[in-house]
Amino acid sequence: MLLPKPFLRWFAEKGWHPRAHQLELLSRVQGGESMLLIAPTGAGKTLAGFLPSLVSLTERGKVPPGSAFTGIHTLYISPLKALAVDIERNLMKPVGDMGLPIRIENRTGDTPASKRQRQKLNPPDILLTTPEQVALLIANGEAERFFKDLKYVVLDELHSLVTSKRGHLLALGLSRLRRLAPGMQTIGLSATVADPMDLQRWLAPQAPDEDNHAGLITVSGGAKPDISILQTEERVPWAGHSARYAIPDVYAAIKEKQTTLLFVNTRSQAERLFQDLWTINDDSLPIALHHGSLDVGQRRRVEAAMAENKLRAVVATSTLDLGIDWGDVDMVIHVGAPKGASRLAQRIGRANHRMDEPSRAILVPANRFEVMECQAALDANYLGAQDTPPVGKGALDVLAQHVLGMACAAPFDPLLLYDEITSASPYAHLTWETFERIVDFVATGGYALRSYERYAKIRKTADGTWRVSNPQVAQQYRLNVGTIIESPMLNVRMVKHNAKGSVGRGGMSLGKVEEYFLEMLSPGDTFLFSGKVLRFEGIRENECLVSQGYKLDPKVPSYNGGKFPLSTYLAEQVRKMLADPARHADLPDQVRDWLSLQNDMSMLPKEDELLIETFPRGSRYFMVIYAFEGRLAHQTLGMLLTRRLDRMGLKPLGFVATDYSLAIWGLDDMGEAFLRGRPSLGDLFDEDMLGDDLEAWLNESFLLKRTFRNCAVIAGLIDQRHPGKEKSGRQVTVSADLIYDVLRSHEPDHILMEATRNDAATGLLDIQRLGDMLARIKGHIVHRALDRISPLAVPVMLEIGKESVSGQAQDFLLAEAADDLLSEAMASS
Amino acid sequence: MNRIALSMTVLADNPAFSARTVIHDVAAICDPLGALYLPDHDVLVVSDLHLEKGSAFARRGMMLPPYDTLATLKILEAVIARHNPKTVISLGDNFHDRIGSTHLPEPFRLMIETMARGREWIWINGNHDPDGTTRLPGTAMDELRHAGLTFRHEPSSGTAKGEVAGHLHPAATVTRREKKIRRACFATDGHRLVMPAFGVTTGGLDLRHKAMTGLFDRQNLVAHMLGRDRIYSVRFANLLG
Repeated sequence: MLLPKPFLRWFAEKGWHPRAHQLELLSRVQGGESMLLIAPTGAGKTLAGFLPSLVSLTERGKVPPGSAFTGIHTLYISPLKALAVDIERNLMKPVGDMGLPIRIENRTGDTPASKRQRQKLNPPDILLTTPEQVALLIANGEAERFFKDLKYVVLDELHSLVTSKRGHLLALGLSRLRRLAPGMQTIGLSATVADPMDLQRWLAPQAPDEDNHAGLITVSGGAKPDISILQTEERVPWAGHSARYAIPDVYAAIKEKQTTLLFVNTRSQAERLFQDLWTINDDSLPIALHHGSLDVGQRRRVEAAMAENKLRAVVATSTLDLGIDWGDVDMVIHVGAPKGASRLAQRIGRANHRMDEPSRAILVPANRFEVMECQAALDANYLGAQDTPPVGKGALDVLAQHVLGMACAAPFDPLLLYDEITSASPYAHLTWETFERIVDFVATGGYALRSYERYAKIRKTADGTWRVSNPQVAQQYRLNVGTIIESPMLNVRMVKHNAKGSVGRGGMSLGKVEEYFLEMLSPGDTFLFSGKVLRFEGIRENECLVSQGYKLDPKVPSYNGGKFPLSTYLAEQVRKMLADPARHADLPDQVRDWLSLQNDMSMLPKEDELLIETFPRGSRYFMVIYAFEGRLAHQTLGMLLTRRLDRMGLKPLGFVATDYSLAIWGLDDMGEAFLRGRPSLGDLFDEDMLGDDLEAWLNESFLLKRTFRNCAVIAGLIDQRHPGKEKSGRQVTVSADLIYDVLRSHEPDHILMEATRNDAATGLLDIQRLGDMLARIKGHIVHRALDRISPLAVPVMLEIGKESVSGQAQDFLLAEAADDLLSEAMASS
Repeated sequence: MNRIALSMTVLADNPAFSARTVIHDVAAICDPLGALYLPDHDVLVVSDLHLEKGSAFARRGMMLPPYDTLATLKILEAVIARHNPKTVISLGDNFHDRIGSTHLPEPFRLMIETMARGREWIWINGNHDPDGTTRLPGTAMDELRHAGLTFRHEPSSGTAKGEVAGHLHPAATVTRREKKIRRACFATDGHRLVMPAFGVTTGGLDLRHKAMTGLFDRQNLVAHMLGRDRIYSVRFANLLG
């Protein structure tokens, strides 16, 4: 029998039976395997993950007082602090019921220093924590002692951890834990993913020419979810993300159910939906708001009220994606398209936390393209299709942080550390040469001009090991550990206009907003924040000043537009749907009519075609490209194309990108130029734009500067925090931009530039995806030169307003401003 | 065009579209490279070089790229070659910290010596480097009266007729077709002039910032903004806050 008596008794008292996957996991772990458990929410995943620890600790019994120091037995790592706290609560219950002799504690950034200190002297049996805390613990001089008895590492929500830089840091941390506790086994818990083997390898130490991976147990999903797209009499809008048209229908649906979770993709959408629901909340239903930039106390209150079933609805962003127990949710409403099939499945899983009942979910598309996207996501869910991203190669900035951390723990032998690092699957392919460059970077910045040797942070000693130069280095490391870089935020402060019309002294503070969003605003612009329409007055020192906006409709409707780009899988499905008139029958009338109108006035592209339309409007000429590759890839394409058009003398002025298409406008008739073949569209869209043009553009791209800033902070080139003096995000940005410019000009092959380019290729710029598209559409470009805007172009045209100008156009506009002054001066003399 | 990239391509004989201005009856030329030239007195003025900024940070554990000094000196070489002045005045914050000039690597020292050969060179002391310079040609002082003008690092408060100063790193923003464009600038109302920062890794402070209030007669204030290869002159009233 696998389970000791107290466990059997406990199950019997509850009237439950251990599930097959729980027992299988226990027996295979006891047999020495590391394991990956893939199961839907509600399948008893958490208990399964802890069973091996609980059983092993029960068999071990309490450590008698006076015995030698005993380190922790089990480490549980979750992506969210809240989850670690939640699990402690959920785990204490059975442990208490069974009277097991086990000490469980959590350790997060919020844990008081005194408790952390005590944990080091007298470790609990099970420690519940986050990846950042693991990095801190292993960088400590006491790490060896603390982890020597470690048996199991339980990794929760593994699918969401592994694809980010946090996952890379954690993978490196695991490689160190394996050295400190050679027999240690891992147990990964995950939702369904596209490629389980990716995670299985991640959980096991890698070695050249060996195929090491954890075992796999898959629990198939219970009842099929019951998903529908909102049926409405209202007119579905062309563009935007607010889904305002559907508010009354959404409210009616909330009234019908006990507890509803409403998911949106961004904070601004959450704000707006919350405000709109309360406007019509005639029954005063308890409806709450939950998103990442709200005050922590407020979030905790919402979570508690939710757990006690006191709320009828919560409007939430991805902060609620992960497996926290939220009481009895009986419906999930997804407002806006889910952007990915797997994301939808995970969110729907929130409803009915019992796996044998079907989940109920309604999708509310915010615009007409989203109708198609929702339909595609619904089909995918029915088919069980998954589109989670792959684990990817380990980031170099994270590696630099880890190397410094390891030097802080104890002097390291570079050969041993290299072997350890390459045993982590994201770094299995790291070359010795790159590793050496990273060590060099950590020591002196790694510049070809070797002028900082005397200021080195780590130094090679006579015995060949590397050690930190002074204790301040370790202190600074501890303050800057982690991979979550806050974007620079400015405080938003309310001010009043005084009698003279100028802005008076500051009033109350409303919260924080990203600096890059404010950079797009001019004084007088209005925007929505913390449920209010605000008028932007300007920036004074590190604050954004705003006044009451009296307009109902903010001019700049959202910040942080669409957070997740459309997944490749869904994009492909939407293209297929567009190309196949037979499938239009599934779509609502309005959308069907829109598509057939498009077919009459222009055309509907075939699945493998790239449609480009050109037309004049007002005093400008437009080109709309229907690439369906997601906003990030479109933005990059827009930057590159405007550059090329600029060089070809076609004077582009700006562009705007959505998830579905890209619009570029300029002063010259681009359509006519294409018809003459000057340039031909084939040339314009040639893959070579990813060569020189990309290089040249990266030179100036603010997106790349943002990527660089993150890399520089993570790699420890610039500090996010200094002991004693906080450096604000705004100051970090300024210096990171300058450093970037210097490296760009003087050492473009610097290791940090390489790290930045790697990040950009998959992250903010999505170059990889753009490259795949350019290859796919070669020879399949169709051009329609129209005399006016087409129906399919309407959505992207409505997004225009937040335009960006690049290259020569900047100096051109500057000259125009100066010439204005000239004519003004001449007129007055 | 950022200054660090500029330093890679800068040419002394590049035809420059400068802006002419008058400070307290003294004719002056705003050079797009960020220097002020007084043709009647053959004086070239630069400000806020912030040399050795990178190594100042490295000493404190932040390994910023060590290329800033060379880049700044290259632009300085070009602008000196272009005007070939009798006198060069560097208006303070010549080095990023007090010990910068002591630790200046030899090759850079040589560059400065070569530039200074056959000219009079004045180092005005700034708040970053109040103690003057070591082992460099030229004379260090807190301020200088010359050619009917007063040269000092920090602008004195109130309207100061005939003052040429630095310290503030002025920058200005214009908006065209809903786009903002921000550049470093010379700021002058005809009575005094505040120089743009010359160093390649220096930030800027907007002309509307409160540190600038009271310094200029805003009716006559003009921002001579540094463009790629010309100066763009924009009146204060046409600038964006």
